[in-house]
Amino acid sequence: MITAGIDMGAKTTKAVILRDGNVIARALTFTGFDQKEAAEKALADALAQAALNRSDVARTFATGVGRQQASFANGSMTEMAADTKGSLLLNNKLRTVIDVGAEEGRAMKCTAEGKVTDFAVNEKCAAGAGSFVEAMSRALELPLEKMGEMSLRSKNAVAMNAQCTVFAESEVVSLVHAKTPKEDIVRALHDAIANRIVSMARRVGVEESVGLVGGVGYNIGFVDALRRCLEVESVWVPEQPEYVGAIGAAVAAAEAA
Amino acid sequence: MIANYGYKDGSGEYYISMNTDKCDGCGDCVTACPAGVLEMIVNDYDEKVAAVTDAHRKKIKYSCAPCKPVQGRPVLPCIAACQPQVIQHSW
Amino acid sequence: MAQEFWRWKEYNWRDPEESWNKAKMLTAGVDVGSVSTQAAVMADGQLCAFASMRTGSDSPDSARKAMDWALRETGLTLDRIRYVIGTGYGRVNVPFAHRTITEIACHARGANFMYGPNVRTVLDMGGQDCKAIRCDEKGKVSAFLMNDKCAAGTGRGMEVFADLLSVPLEQIGDLSYEVDQEPQPVSSTCVVFAKTEAVGLLRKGWPKNNVLAAYCSAMAHRVYTLLERLGVEGDFGITGGIAKNSGVVKRLEKELNLKALTPRYDPQIAGAVGAALFAHTLAQKEATA
Ligand code: SF4
Ligand code: SF4
Repeated sequence: MITAGIDMGAKTTKAVILRDGNVIARALTFTGFDQKEAAEKALADALAQAALNRSDVARTFATGVGRQQASFANGSMTEMAADTKGSLLLNNKLRTVIDVGAEEGRAMKCTAEGKVTDFAVNEKCAAGAGSFVEAMSRALELPLEKMGEMSLRSKNAVAMNAQCTVFAESEVVSLVHAKTPKEDIVRALHDAIANRIVSMARRVGVEESVGLVGGVGYNIGFVDALRRCLEVESVWVPEQPEYVGAIGAAVAAAEAA
Repeated sequence: MIANYGYKDGSGEYYISMNTDKCDGCGDCVTACPAGVLEMIVNDYDEKVAAVTDAHRKKIKYSCAPCKPVQGRPVLPCIAACQPQVIQHSW
Repeated sequence: MAQEFWRWKEYNWRDPEESWNKAKMLTAGVDVGSVSTQAAVMADGQLCAFASMRTGSDSPDSARKAMDWALRETGLTLDRIRYVIGTGYGRVNVPFAHRTITEIACHARGANFMYGPNVRTVLDMGGQDCKAIRCDEKGKVSAFLMNDKCAAGTGRGMEVFADLLSVPLEQIGDLSYEVDQEPQPVSSTCVVFAKTEAVGLLRKGWPKNNVLAAYCSAMAHRVYTLLERLGVEGDFGITGGIAKNSGVVKRLEKELNLKALTPRYDPQIAGAVGAALFAHTLAQKEATA
């Protein structure tokens, strides 16, 4: 059976095509201001990749903040449910899934069957989400892709006081002026956000194995900070972690049969 | 005085409110808090009262998170320790 | 960052009557904020001189400069001042202060002086924080709330918008009323997300003034919810930099259904004035002890 999942995030919209439990195509597009259009485009791109037509797809499920806009979908689900379903398809040992998206941080605890038993969300404050790292990369004039590897080179811990993205920008600028090595600043920033995410995750009770999904998963510096803060051996990150929500939606679409 | 320590940010309202008029200065809450969030201070009117430390004021949502699990939240240690019922949490 | 969009006017003032000449006791307060520093001098508990300037990178230096500037045209020197109190975010960095007192207590006391003894609720909106205070007829704090964690509802949030729209801070108030109809407030509290929202509105073709109006009313509403937590009681006064931003003040008054009092002096100096008044009381206590 072929199903599709669409994750309509605040910043990007992702679509995947699933055939019998295998992801056969994925596409991403910027959400922009017309969410429905973005969803149509992502889906069309994914279908083109798989050389399939809309009519080949048995069912399409949507998730993400904009999921209501995908009127053509056959069903929709919360980000929490989609994240865990998607993660468990890729790694069935996971019991805690952390998702750091552009505008939200989430932690879910789940059963082996992928049922969410507890979750905590940090929303509406950029300091607890991926936007924080993006804003800091701008303040530091460092490309986002460089931040991870850079922070791993840090030798010294520097203290960051600001708990707000806007105030942290000024703090970063003054640290740079004071000639603080950039790798130390980046490490402090990753530690700060990891700390916030972990204290939220602790409210649901962290159980191993722990997985991290969402675009921030590409940032190896953040993944390392998260692992240290969680005090676990390792944090599992899938390939292309930003697609996990969409994969979960496609899984749910398949299960709906 | 009702001293509200904490903040309101985009994600919600996080205040620890101290009714300092009721505070007898015993310091039991300070001892009870596992995270070092509270301290005894001498305030501007020369009263010895409990307060939230500077270091925690901007992050109590996170500092207090271990005391506030999503499910089965117990009575908070600081509140349980305080006989005169000085302390309130807004979340 | 385009600094010129958010620079406050720096100035000093002195009593034309030169009341310091006849004074038995001179005291002073210095309020070192994150953005601006004020020094106020009191002659027997009455304001006789002050200065307001931008805080430099070095707080002790800013404190000294503000004090010097307040005294400059009075012919007074620092050693004539009996008691000095430091307040504000950088209060521990006032090298010549005899004691420090928090800005909460100082703002309440200062507001009591500037607005009269009937003031019961004081809102202070500074560059990096927002404080709501309730006080009694003597200017003693009965409840307070301070928010310095989040940039929303602070001068800093306004600066981000001034910068985004390339509008000088002083003009925001007036421009925000040059709209056909009051727009819906910006829905995100978070400054980062509000900015994204604003960019979207501009792209949709909203005029700048409408975006300003939408942000001013969002800010007014946010402050309203902070005040609500304490419960507002009249009379009501506003201090701090944002007191000068009519775009926020008038919208807040409307929401509260209360008019803010008109201060006797620049509302930005309330903290320093309060500190100087505390200094006066403490010096008197010392003298009689
Ligand atoms: S809730 Fe827990 S961490 Fe927070 S102040 Fe009370 S005892 Fe301390
Ligand atoms: S302005 Fe800062 S503290 Fe406030 S919601 Fe945004 S990131 Fe969080």
